[in-house]
Amino acid sequence: MAVVETRDLRKHFGDTHAVDGIDLATAEGEYLVLLGPSGCGKTTLLRVIAGLEQPTEGDVLIGGRVVTGLPPRARKIAMVFQSYALYPHKTVYKNIVFPLGAQGVPRGEWDAKVNWAADVLGIRPLLQRKPRQLSGGERQRVALARALVRDPHVFLLDEPLSNLDAKLRAAAREDLKEFQQRVGITTIYVTHDQIEAMGLGDRIAVLNAGQVQQVGTPQDIYDRPQNTFVATFVGSPPMNLLDRDGTLVGFRPEAFLPGALVGDAPGRLTLDFHVVRAEYLGSDRYVYGTVPAIDPESRVIAKLPSTVTTPIDGDTVVPFAIAGANLHFFDATTGERTAAERVP
Amino acid sequence: MSVLDEVAARPTEERRRRRYLFDRERVLGPALLLPAVLYLVAVVGYPLVLAILYAFSDVTTGSQTLHLVGWSTFRSAIDDPVFGTALRNSFLFTAISQACVVVLSTVLAFVLTQDFRGKWFFRFLVLLPWTTPVALSAVIWLWMLDSIFSPFNWLLVKLHVLSPGGHVVWLGGEHLAISSVIALQTWRILPLATVIVMAGLSSIPQDIRDATEVDGARFWRRTFQIDLPLLAPVILVAVLFGIVFTFADMAVIFILTGGAPGNGTQVLASWAFYKGINGGNLAVGAADAVFMFPVLLALAAIVLRFARRSEVG
Amino acid sequence: MAAVIERRVSGRVGLWVLIVLFGLFCAFPFLFATITMFKQNTDVYTRPNGNQLIFTKAPTLSNLTLLFHHTQYGTFVVNNVVIGVCVVAITLALSLPAAYSLARAAGWWAEKVGIGVFVVYLVPPTLLFLPLSQLVTRFGLQDSIWSLVVVYPSFTVPLSTWLLMGFFKSIPREIEEQAQVDGYSRLGAVVRAVLPLALPGIFTVVVFTFTLTMQDFIYALSFVSSSSNMTVSVGVPTNLIRGDVFYWQALMASAIVVAVPVALLYNLFLDKFIQGFTMGAVKG
Repeated sequence: MAVVETRDLRKHFGDTHAVDGIDLATAEGEYLVLLGPSGCGKTTLLRVIAGLEQPTEGDVLIGGRVVTGLPPRARKIAMVFQSYALYPHKTVYKNIVFPLGAQGVPRGEWDAKVNWAADVLGIRPLLQRKPRQLSGGERQRVALARALVRDPHVFLLDEPLSNLDAKLRAAAREDLKEFQQRVGITTIYVTHDQIEAMGLGDRIAVLNAGQVQQVGTPQDIYDRPQNTFVATFVGSPPMNLLDRDGTLVGFRPEAFLPGALVGDAPGRLTLDFHVVRAEYLGSDRYVYGTVPAIDPESRVIAKLPSTVTTPIDGDTVVPFAIAGANLHFFDATTGERTAAERVP
Repeated sequence: MSVLDEVAARPTEERRRRRYLFDRERVLGPALLLPAVLYLVAVVGYPLVLAILYAFSDVTTGSQTLHLVGWSTFRSAIDDPVFGTALRNSFLFTAISQACVVVLSTVLAFVLTQDFRGKWFFRFLVLLPWTTPVALSAVIWLWMLDSIFSPFNWLLVKLHVLSPGGHVVWLGGEHLAISSVIALQTWRILPLATVIVMAGLSSIPQDIRDATEVDGARFWRRTFQIDLPLLAPVILVAVLFGIVFTFADMAVIFILTGGAPGNGTQVLASWAFYKGINGGNLAVGAADAVFMFPVLLALAAIVLRFARRSEVG
Repeated sequence: MAAVIERRVSGRVGLWVLIVLFGLFCAFPFLFATITMFKQNTDVYTRPNGNQLIFTKAPTLSNLTLLFHHTQYGTFVVNNVVIGVCVVAITLALSLPAAYSLARAAGWWAEKVGIGVFVVYLVPPTLLFLPLSQLVTRFGLQDSIWSLVVVYPSFTVPLSTWLLMGFFKSIPREIEEQAQVDGYSRLGAVVRAVLPLALPGIFTVVVFTFTLTMQDFIYALSFVSSSSNMTVSVGVPTNLIRGDVFYWQALMASAIVVAVPVALLYNLFLDKFIQGFTMGAVKG
């Protein structure tokens, strides 16, 4: 049984179709990431699932029952906002206890539940502090403890890492993943950061303009993107797309290497890379140029790890190569993935 | 779902809808607003309609019923010799006092944006004329302008403008009385207008101020070419409030002059009181008051048009 | 360099000139009243053209005693307090929900209704007092302070709704939504999570509403006739001014006793007031 399911969900704000026909189902205990650029509808989708917005059409199901039309409190969900929304005038303890009071849990049980949640998140010593006395990472843990204490069917997280310093983000990401695996509660997580998505998600749903572009494991999304949006949104620098008579030939920058380094892979392709310039970035080298054999117009980026020391200068032509398995083909008009072709 | 399932689900749907009725914004929003709206309709809207009805009737405090009599009440209100004076005064007092307020409040607001010692105390002094109930301020002015004991008389004698033993009857002669009323109105509205302008000043974005600083604009140029145009909408709001509170006020006249000398300082609002309450002629009193209505409507229209045009924030 | 300093100094001097001028303009009447209220009779009335701003006899508290023990001033003040408290309660009951609705729960019509509330403020008591005085009689409330308690919210509710709207808008929406997700109904979320945060704003509104109830003159004058039911605004000019014999010192005391605390309160809350006032105009 899917824990959370949406059926042809639509949410219109006047003429804007923020959510435009989304069918999604989560597996039990999975960490599903909703990934997309700002304005793609991912936060709206989350809010509709939470019950903070009512859909224009379609249904939301949680734990097998239709919850469309029910307010958040009737849905057995827990949500963490981007700002964590800790009640500033309450202590950490009172923040965590708040949902218990709302549910009518008997007072005698409060202590036990709060302490249990605090232990899971490792914040017992903080219970008597106020939110303003906590660091960003501590606040996130309090928000998670408050969510945990509700014993919900699903956690809904709205970009909870974006308010943290970049340095803390990696550590916080690790904590989150570990926490979710430990408690095993289905989680839906919204972000625009593809690194977060790849690192955290069991599956990723890529959204754009209110519609799901592709759903799959991080590997599926990265290695077999179903359309040009997914291909270019995930992966940094984005996939190179070269136009060739109505078909887009795509390959990722890290798959495009100096010929000598690409071994005897099936379908191996050698192409002359007309280099314009190279950029040294520490752990990587980005090389900019064109591949006139396929498409003289489009700019191509190659990403070489710094361990590759082949000298590459601007305004030269260097033979590069790419394995056949790393080539992707898309229809130039629809953007959809198409069958492989012969190149050049 | 099969047909049977749908039918079985329907009653619970209904119960659900009812139980969570007040969670729906479409229900909650109007429901929360309703008490206030109902109250205002009952205590402001309904009497407003009644006031207009009175003006078209011949009702007195003794009347049992209301007869409509067309325009004749208005005609007799206008025919009254005091009416013309009251009408003129309403506009005169308001126009002059608020013109002064506009200028003074803008200057004072700028003063209050500076830092100086004793600023809190100064602000306290500036607030006094507005925060004190009108009636009590009027009583204070009554004493201050007393024809015998006024400190202004003493000052004028000291400056040899008046001969020793001379008195100026500040509230006696028509021109003096009018000036006194105008002065009091200016004085008591000034703090309110200043506070409104101050609010406007504080919302001028800092980067605009910084940019003019960098551009090297000196104080006067900066004020006249940047601050004032940006402040214009706020000053307009302050003026509108000031006009309403002055135009429709009767307490100042009632206490300071009582309308004297000989009804020369009556305004529409105070004249309506004399006619309606003292005289018991509700219809004429209402007609006198209703003459204020077009002006207030025009002001409301200006406020609306202006609020729509300049969205704050 | 010298020119810059000179400009700065002359700017400063100019500022202080303005400060003194405005200070005098606004406060002189109150200064005069305060001096008068401590004067003995002979100090006031026997020197027609003398300087009333100095004490020629010792200052005295007898005028205050006269005011509180021999006039009904004390009753007036008590009436104002009772009216103030009741009106504050009614105003909060009406305008708290209305303000929340306009700040958060109203859609496209919020702006229009918000402006409508503002416009109500432009309908003056001097236009409504005649029909209201008849209505008051019809409901048997004539000559009682309850007539005022019923009518005063008509001018306190618009302002307090506008201010509270501003204060609600300044509370992050997410707090409210978090409380809903945590298990409270919409209303429950507001009461438990939003109101505690809005308390400073509510307090400001209480102060301004209370003092606003002291301002009215015309309603109190029209609805109430017995002196024991009068408010300060009406009682002082009508009751304490007996015929042509004015007890000026006591009169001045009656005004100052009210004016000073009220102005102090306003000064304390002014910044909060401005904040709420301007936030009310910002889009929620």
